[in-house]
Amino acid sequence: MTVALGVEAVARKVAETFPVTTITTDRDALIVPPESLLQVAQYLKDTPGFDFGYLTCLTAVDYTDYFEVVYHLTSLKHNHSLVLKTRCYDREKPTVPSVVSLWQGADLQEREAYDLMGIVFSGHPNLKRLFLWEGFPGYPLRRDYL
Amino acid sequence: MMLRTEPFVVNIGPQHPSSHGLFRLRVTLDGEVVKDLELVLGYLHRGIEKLAEGRTYTQNITLTDRLDYLAQMTNNWAYVIAVEKLAGIKVPERAEYLRVIIGEMMRLSSHLCFIGFFLNELGAYFTPLFYMFRDREKIIDLFDMVCGQRLNYNYMRVGGVSHDIPEEFVPALKRLLDEMPRLIDEYEQLLSGNEILLARTKKVGILTKEKAINCSASGPVLRASGVKWDIRKVDPYSVYDRFDFEIPVGSVGDVYDRYWVRVQEMRQSVRILKQALEQLPKGETKAEVPFLLRPPVGDAYGRIEGPKGELGFYLVSDNSIAPYRWHVRPPALLNLTALRELAIGWKLADAIVIFGSLDTILGEVDR
Repeated sequence: MTVALGVEAVARKVAETFPVTTITTDRDALIVPPESLLQVAQYLKDTPGFDFGYLTCLTAVDYTDYFEVVYHLTSLKHNHSLVLKTRCYDREKPTVPSVVSLWQGADLQEREAYDLMGIVFSGHPNLKRLFLWEGFPGYPLRRDYL
Repeated sequence: MMLRTEPFVVNIGPQHPSSHGLFRLRVTLDGEVVKDLELVLGYLHRGIEKLAEGRTYTQNITLTDRLDYLAQMTNNWAYVIAVEKLAGIKVPERAEYLRVIIGEMMRLSSHLCFIGFFLNELGAYFTPLFYMFRDREKIIDLFDMVCGQRLNYNYMRVGGVSHDIPEEFVPALKRLLDEMPRLIDEYEQLLSGNEILLARTKKVGILTKEKAINCSASGPVLRASGVKWDIRKVDPYSVYDRFDFEIPVGSVGDVYDRYWVRVQEMRQSVRILKQALEQLPKGETKAEVPFLLRPPVGDAYGRIEGPKGELGFYLVSDNSIAPYRWHVRPPALLNLTALRELAIGWKLADAIVIFGSLDTILGEVDR
């Protein structure tokens, strides 16, 4: 059985390692600000005991006040999972660091989130629209797109 | 004398026999050798994720049929599992067994299609495919018996299945299961040791274990690379913990292993089906679920081991009758992540075979 790690315990551990960042939790997810996302993701991937080497699912949700990018992480070694989220409040150009350098599996998923939700993943090697053509007006999966 | 050469760009598709739907590969060639490869997707993009936000939870089951159109009911299943997780619904035991039976039949049918089309790409035009379709037909007939459909079944419901199986289904399936191992032996006899197949697939397009994990590959592609990771075993959903079966794992991660793993998985599916039929309990097939379901505010990720890999649904509810966000984790799209690196350095004809071995289905990739 894949065990969902207790987020409170993970949040404490991450907060110890990165004292400056504001780590919060929401239900069963760990929420980190976009500016420290890459560091925390790297920490979760490389720390023995966590070993989140497998990015299961990456997607974005538009909550109208903010965009949320959701990372479902799995460790094939320990068979446990964690949900990592980051929020960005800028509607014009929401920017989140790309995690392609850590997990290549994020490549097409980030392009999809950029294409349909308009999230800019800074540092992505090839951030082009995946399904729609360049020049398509707007981002269809946003709540204000009709 | 030195000849001046320059790289040459070829567009494969969108209309191409090996493109498995509408799909374009932009290949840069040096002579016959692939130097670069770019995926151009979106020819089958129907905006299903946006559509789903305007339909109720029950209506959306129909949309899932249109994702992977060679394994429709496993899509239904992954989606209803996510909704059940979101709303906290318990499924009756008989329904769970029926889902397992249908899901494993779907896996058989999907893998049969894979082998047929894959052999087509190797140049064995349509003879293997017709063998596979001959036997897939028997499975489709059984599905027809269950839900009166042959393509878009729409059989699963939130909280169970739409209705019970007819009386004649179990004996018919038993007959098929008695026949199936012999049929798989027949394919193996024809194909698995075939010299041309071996020459074209052994040591071709090797996906290493580390790369497979890093690229979020799943399903047979991941297992062919030697990772023993099957959600039916590592995170058993439904009643999979009650069956005795093995997970075939490849050793090299080449095209042949990806083919071999799928053939062995078919044998394991037959094993699971036999046990499921033995254990099949009597009782209800659907829990009491309101027609206009309003799950509590929150999000849920439900996943199953589909024929192509880990098929997941990420749903967000705002307590209304339609989902707030409806996201599919498509195994076929994520398995394509590694394609560029797999194909570079191989001849164009090999690149097609490598692409075929990933078992891509465009309905799911583009959505």
